[in-house]
Amino acid sequence: HVYLQYSNCFLVFHVFVSDPQWYPARQSIRLDPKGKSLKDEDVLQHLPVGTTATFYFRDLGVFLTEYAGPLLIYLMFYFRVPFIYAPKYDFTTSKHWVVHLACMCHSFHYVKRLLETLFVHRFSHGTMPLRNIFKNCTYYWGFAAWMAYYINHPLYTPPIYGEQQIRLALIVFLFCQIGNFSIHIALRNLRPPGSKTRKIPYPTKNPFTWIFLLVSCPNYTYELGSWLGFTLMTQCLPVAAFTLVGFIQMTVWAKGKHRSYLKEFRDYPTLRSPILPFIL
Amino acid sequence: MSAPAMGTSKTAHTDSSHKKKKGPGTLATAYLVIYNVVMTAGWLVIAVGLVRAYLARGSYHGLYYSIEKPLKYFQTGALLEILHCAVGIVPSSVVLTGFQVMSRVFLTWAVTHSVREVQSEDSVLLFVVAWTVTEIIRYSFYTFSLLNHLPYLIKWARYTFFFVLYPMGVAGELLTIYAALPYVQKTGLYSITLPNNYNFSFDYHTFLILVMISYIPLFPQLYFHMIRQRKKVLGHVEEYSKVE
Repeated sequence: HVYLQYSNCFLVFHVFVSDPQWYPARQSIRLDPKGKSLKDEDVLQHLPVGTTATFYFRDLGVFLTEYAGPLLIYLMFYFRVPFIYAPKYDFTTSKHWVVHLACMCHSFHYVKRLLETLFVHRFSHGTMPLRNIFKNCTYYWGFAAWMAYYINHPLYTPPIYGEQQIRLALIVFLFCQIGNFSIHIALRNLRPPGSKTRKIPYPTKNPFTWIFLLVSCPNYTYELGSWLGFTLMTQCLPVAAFTLVGFIQMTVWAKGKHRSYLKEFRDYPTLRSPILPFIL
Repeated sequence: MSAPAMGTSKTAHTDSSHKKKKGPGTLATAYLVIYNVVMTAGWLVIAVGLVRAYLARGSYHGLYYSIEKPLKYFQTGALLEILHCAVGIVPSSVVLTGFQVMSRVFLTWAVTHSVREVQSEDSVLLFVVAWTVTEIIRYSFYTFSLLNHLPYLIKWARYTFFFVLYPMGVAGELLTIYAALPYVQKTGLYSITLPNNYNFSFDYHTFLILVMISYIPLFPQLYFHMIRQRKKVLGHVEEYSKVE
């Protein structure tokens, strides 16, 4: 259901879908599945299309699936759904309180991500090709299952340094979750709805954003911190592996973003590193 | 797997395209020539060792022991090929080369070396022979290519022998892994059980089974890739004969 509206002498393209739940922010239009999303102000005459223009829709529901998966999968292991562990453990709960805490943290993390996807993020690249969706889901879901299996295992061993270690880990985790959220809010406020100007993010009154002084992509920094906290909390090798892989990927993204900042803004602060202050 | 490594860019080039292609520098070429000559020699040593041992013993049994050391040296040495791709002096994919070399190294060390009981199996001989013939042809192919003096016979052999050698090698590898399974399970080789401080477990027995299963999607892909390469490289000869 596509409506074309004329404005002055330009053909301005607007997309409205009859189902009201599909509000515009959840859609994104691109000319081909692998290409970039069209910007709102792209003019149809100037777009590289042939006589028939094909438009592909992708719902941000992709992100929602990617995040709801790990959330639910982890819970399946937590509640020890049958056929995962030995039958005598079906629907039992772990005797270690850190396992309950870990479940709360993991669930909180993904619920937060889901809510942010729905209400906070403004996607400039709101869609992705089908191949990527499959790859991403396998990654998130696979790792979630792998981690959850060991943390919720009847033979799970709690952290060596006990309560001290868990407490420190929880503090780190919560600190970074708040930090990550603060950055997402700050980035959202950087570009008010409708505005297309791109600006350099700067620290705001919120202390969690002061990290912008040292880092271009503090959302990734905080994300790393959260998972380091979770690794410390669970003392589980698969979690460490997940943290490492995530760190590598986020570093790649952060470097790319940092480079594009430098290219776009002459006056970009020189003190900033892509993801780790002074290091990376 | 026993497939010849996918030196894909070296395969489809005619003599004229060498001028257009940006190849490795003189120093790199010299190094690569030496590398490939050494590897050819190494696998010839293995081949000779196999023949001599067979003639001496009069049976196929237990020939692995007669070439165990050079096999380990020269197959492990192939790890350098990953470096060659990474550095860029060989224009193949790092991932593809890495995968192929690692699978060979895995079979050499993590299966045959680690599980003594399989060393006397005939399946070991099967893949060792397949690898030996393949590698002698492959390394001499590269050597001659680098020197711009590739005899057609070598090119033909490289793109024809694989028809038999590849399935032969795969069969030998699979049978060897299969033979190793009971011993791995019994001894818990390379396996980690719960509970432990890192909350991690690894079952090598299950892992080996998964490796065997992975041959099912991978082997056909590589096999048909070589068949397609063969058409591309050797195909034009048929065109000439048609013209005549």
